[in-house]
Amino acid sequence: MVQSLNLLKESPSQTAGPYVHIGCTPNFSGIDIYGGDLGTTMKTGPVQGTEITLRGAVFDGTGTPLRDAMVEIWQADANGIYPGNDPRGAADPHFTGWGRSPGDMETGEFTFQTVKPGQVPWRNGQLQAPHITFWIVARGINLGLQTRMYFADEVEANAADPILSRIEHQNRVPTLLAQPDGTGVYRFDIRLQGDAETIFFDI
Amino acid sequence: MTQNGYFARDTQWHPPALTPGYKTSVARSPTRAKLSFPTSLSEETGPVFGHNILGPLDNDLIHNFAAADQSAIGPRIVVYGRVLDETGRPVPGALVEVWQANAGGRYRHKKESYLASLDPNFGGCGRVITDENGCYEFRTIQPGPYPWPNGPNDWRPAHIHFSVFGQGFAQRLITQMYFEGDPMIWLCPIVGTIDDPRAVESLVAALDMTRTIPMDARAYKFDIVLRGRRQTFFENRAEGL
Ligand SMILES: [Fe+2]
Repeated sequence: MVQSLNLLKESPSQTAGPYVHIGCTPNFSGIDIYGGDLGTTMKTGPVQGTEITLRGAVFDGTGTPLRDAMVEIWQADANGIYPGNDPRGAADPHFTGWGRSPGDMETGEFTFQTVKPGQVPWRNGQLQAPHITFWIVARGINLGLQTRMYFADEVEANAADPILSRIEHQNRVPTLLAQPDGTGVYRFDIRLQGDAETIFFDI
Repeated sequence: MTQNGYFARDTQWHPPALTPGYKTSVARSPTRAKLSFPTSLSEETGPVFGHNILGPLDNDLIHNFAAADQSAIGPRIVVYGRVLDETGRPVPGALVEVWQANAGGRYRHKKESYLASLDPNFGGCGRVITDENGCYEFRTIQPGPYPWPNGPNDWRPAHIHFSVFGQGFAQRLITQMYFEGDPMIWLCPIVGTIDDPRAVESLVAALDMTRTIPMDARAYKFDIVLRGRRQTFFENRAEGL
């Protein structure tokens, strides 16, 4: 016998199911409560940096958009500081960094009104390309899927990025790139399966 | 720079993505290997929710949707517990959002087609933020089991859905709580997505008669464990991955 490490096991995940919106965006579901849904507004006042709109949808293996998904994003402010508990200091006071979208009931399309994030250091201090963390849950997804969105027009920063540059299958990197889609608008579609399956992260 | 990342997730403990017994997973499960790397600031930070966002009835599902002087129908229960990390440390300030069917097994949702009745006094959602010791508590009615379209005759055991935030976005978790002694647990294809029976048991809340409110509500204890954070005296060297 040896001493016990006394570690607990993480609670295992279970699918968010078809009614995640009741719990996480009840007002969107028609349940009038809490004075509004969390995560609908990422900008609480005049923000620093470039304001952008993110749009996209999550597609299953048949190419059908999910209409019961919930997408959350987490990102740094325009200066590369995370709101809330970043050990490096305070972020833009008018920016929450966190968004939550239930998707459109008909099209499944999610939308976030946010700012373009600044660069954040990697573990060794090297700057990463601007990116936004995505977390996707839905019926049929047993463990929330995490990925990152990068910007297709950040060619130099992407080429030097410590994660993007180390992806073995470089032909899959475009699945992580949001494409400019008009002034201040970026489109980022997430594909759960197929030739253009998004790279998901075990992080 | 010193950053102590989060423990890697145990993929044998969590359900795999493809679980054909749960049919919807078939077209929604990624097929390629995930990209693994250690957490960085982007995952070790996370949104902070203050207790000031909460209303007085947010953690009382018996009353938070009910008309004045009315209440939801069903067996009245208190659900309480702690949010901890894998090292056993409490997680204070964790936002816990819950949702559930009513006592008849019916959700208040446009796409819900079960013939059981809606309860006009039950919305089915609540939320609470853990205190400085990681403790949370809410009051609700025990949800009913319900049939769902999967196999020809599949039923969900009585359950409450939980969405939990930790201190880092890497800890983000959605799971479900089941009730001690429910024979439906072991028949459910969604529960069955988890391979290890010990992992399933960790989602079964225990009846706690010591926390019962006499002549009012029974109590169930449900602790939630989030990913642990490495504690090390030694800094990472700048050698990269
Ligand atoms: Fe459910």
